[in-house]
Amino acid sequence: MRFAPVLTKPSAKRDADTAARLDVLGDIDATGCLAEARKTALARLTEMGLPHPRDEYWRYTKPDTLVQPQAPAAALHDASDEAPLYDGIDRLKVVFVDGVFDPAQSDSLEMAGIELCRLAELSDTDIHWSRDLYGVLEADGQVPVPRPLAALNTAYASDGIAIRATDKAARPVNLIYLHENTASDAMLHHVIKVEAGAELTVLENGPAAARFNACMEVDVAEGGAFHHVRAQGRDRERRTVTHIFTRLADEATFKSFTLTANGVLTRNEAIMDLQGNDCVAHVAGASLGDGGDFHHDDTVFVTHGGLNGESRQVFKKVLRNGATGVFQGKILVKEGAQKTDGYQISQSLLLDDDSQFLAKPELEIYADDVACSHGSTSGAIDEEGLFYLRSRGVPLAEATDLMTLAFLAEAIEEIDNAEIAEDITSRLGAWLERRRG
Amino acid sequence: MLEIKNLHVKLEEEDKQILKGVDLTVEAGKVHAIMGPNGSGKSTLSYVLSGRDGYEVTEGAASLGGEDILDMEAEERAAAGLFLAFQYPVEIPGVGNMTFLRTAVNAQRKARGEEEMSAAEFLKVVREKAKSLKIDADMLKRPVNVGFSGGEKKRNEILQMAMLEPKMCILDETDSGLDVDAMKLVAEGVNALRDAGRGFLVITHYQRLLDHIKPDVVHIMADGRIVKTGGPELALEVENNGYADILAEMA
Ligand SMILES: Nc1ncnc2c1ncn2[C@@H]1O[C@H](COP(=O)(O)OP(=O)(O)O)[C@@H](O)[C@H]1O
Ligand SMILES: [Mg+2]
Repeated sequence: MRFAPVLTKPSAKRDADTAARLDVLGDIDATGCLAEARKTALARLTEMGLPHPRDEYWRYTKPDTLVQPQAPAAALHDASDEAPLYDGIDRLKVVFVDGVFDPAQSDSLEMAGIELCRLAELSDTDIHWSRDLYGVLEADGQVPVPRPLAALNTAYASDGIAIRATDKAARPVNLIYLHENTASDAMLHHVIKVEAGAELTVLENGPAAARFNACMEVDVAEGGAFHHVRAQGRDRERRTVTHIFTRLADEATFKSFTLTANGVLTRNEAIMDLQGNDCVAHVAGASLGDGGDFHHDDTVFVTHGGLNGESRQVFKKVLRNGATGVFQGKILVKEGAQKTDGYQISQSLLLDDDSQFLAKPELEIYADDVACSHGSTSGAIDEEGLFYLRSRGVPLAEATDLMTLAFLAEAIEEIDNAEIAEDITSRLGAWLERRRG
Repeated sequence: MLEIKNLHVKLEEEDKQILKGVDLTVEAGKVHAIMGPNGSGKSTLSYVLSGRDGYEVTEGAASLGGEDILDMEAEERAAAGLFLAFQYPVEIPGVGNMTFLRTAVNAQRKARGEEEMSAAEFLKVVREKAKSLKIDADMLKRPVNVGFSGGEKKRNEILQMAMLEPKMCILDETDSGLDVDAMKLVAEGVNALRDAGRGFLVITHYQRLLDHIKPDVVHIMADGRIVKTGGPELALEVENNGYADILAEMA
């Protein structure tokens, strides 16, 4: 069995768009030990071209503003009405302001159980482990569906962090992305290697930039565990495209959760490759959108290659006042990947008639002994439950919020750490409360 | 306490009249029972009083403690002291039973301009009341009514009633689906709340429940009206002879 890449269709517009974008970005960084990886990524990108509005994979989400040469401006958001996220959690902070590393606000990059290093600091002569990972999972993830914005990122990312966990990391690493310039166009690329039996948690939060392209490659060796919790900032006008590529060896675990509140355009792609036997990959998301300018897209591709693999996708979207939610999720079970357990659910709660949810769940199975299920629903709030709450004296607005949080609960439950889950829940609660009529 | 006058109700979506002139007054400190064949409108009456959507009052009035309730939102009626123990309690996945109870108690207090109950005080009170209804810690933690047995759901209704301390309690077939022991627990829970300031309207099919919750007045409802009113002996008559005799007598 072979999986041929779905080549992007040639088009003059695509070529012109790609050329215009590359023109602004200029030459790739030809120094440092990642130069070769950048060069091949650029070649990949030039061959594919940037996304085009008529691409099947961009059917529900317009790529234009992610592709155009300059980032559309995004007003800054004053987040002082809320305590910073993960405040009570002992973590190592790595701060980027509009995509630029800020040593003053960051902790020193040292922690028991892990090695940390900025990609921008790797020199030509460095024989660094990240060289074997940078752009590698991204390149693998280009088949069968091209992901040009990820290749663009590999070629041009200005910085990022390389983390290698050799043991159980003492604390989570928190990547904090601040946005201070209304026209910033940031690209960061992180590579993460979790060695056999090691454990690492990475937290991310913040809007990052007016336009943010983030790529994370996560390689988890035998019995290793990687946990990821991300909260994309409240800035209303920001545009974000992210890719997480993961490769799992035997008995490896990968769990990722994303909270998205606001943002005019967010496209989060997760590409999970369960190569080993007995591995576990969970990806979940809760998103909240208010207004016709909110567009949120979760695109997931899970490949089961080993035996006894377990994958879960749990996505919940709350949409109001004309907001749009998109979910494209695929589970591919390769020949021989017996006893695969694949689960996928995507649901939207539409708080009015103007909002919409577009879902494309897909299963492609080449093994005969598997249990895969997928479901997608879109609906209004449960009237029976609402009346029950009101009959006990809970006012309509509060009852609606309670039902909304209940709807999101299944996604939040995917976060293993109770303290972090609580933090995320209180964010969701605060978002709802700010909108109470 | 509760005064219902000539209440006519039809379905909002359909041209179907369900209540055709209900007159009923429940005084403070009294227990009234309503019996009647299936489909006579008992649940509809309880829903209309508690403010559920989907019904249209075409004539008549209803008041609680002298205050007209038909124009109030459901939550306002609750804050005013009305409580309905549902015939079919609703499951709410994702909302913990304890969170639900606390939100409800404090929402009502807030609406009445009272101080909210502290977390510690709430916990103490809820544990005590749950214990007497044999509701364990696990049931308090689980999502509201999800995975509860029929009996557990009904006991959970009584727990809510005990926590909210309403002035007027309507119980819609709270005994249905309960075994003898569970019914005793429920009846004890109700009896513990009986006092001079509180009224009860107990909808039931069976004399059984009324052995434990002794009514002062018994009404028979048929085809959207109260067709007969009497003392506790009326329930016994139904138990022995069914509704046929009473309905024939009316015809
Ligand atoms: N929402 C509804 N839609 C259609 N019919 C209804 C609805 N609610 C009540 N009814 C009808 O009204 C009548 C009274 O129902 P109900 O109040 O449940 O009676 P009871 O509780 O006495 O058994 C029945 O004929 C029932 O089918
Ligand atoms: Mg009924």
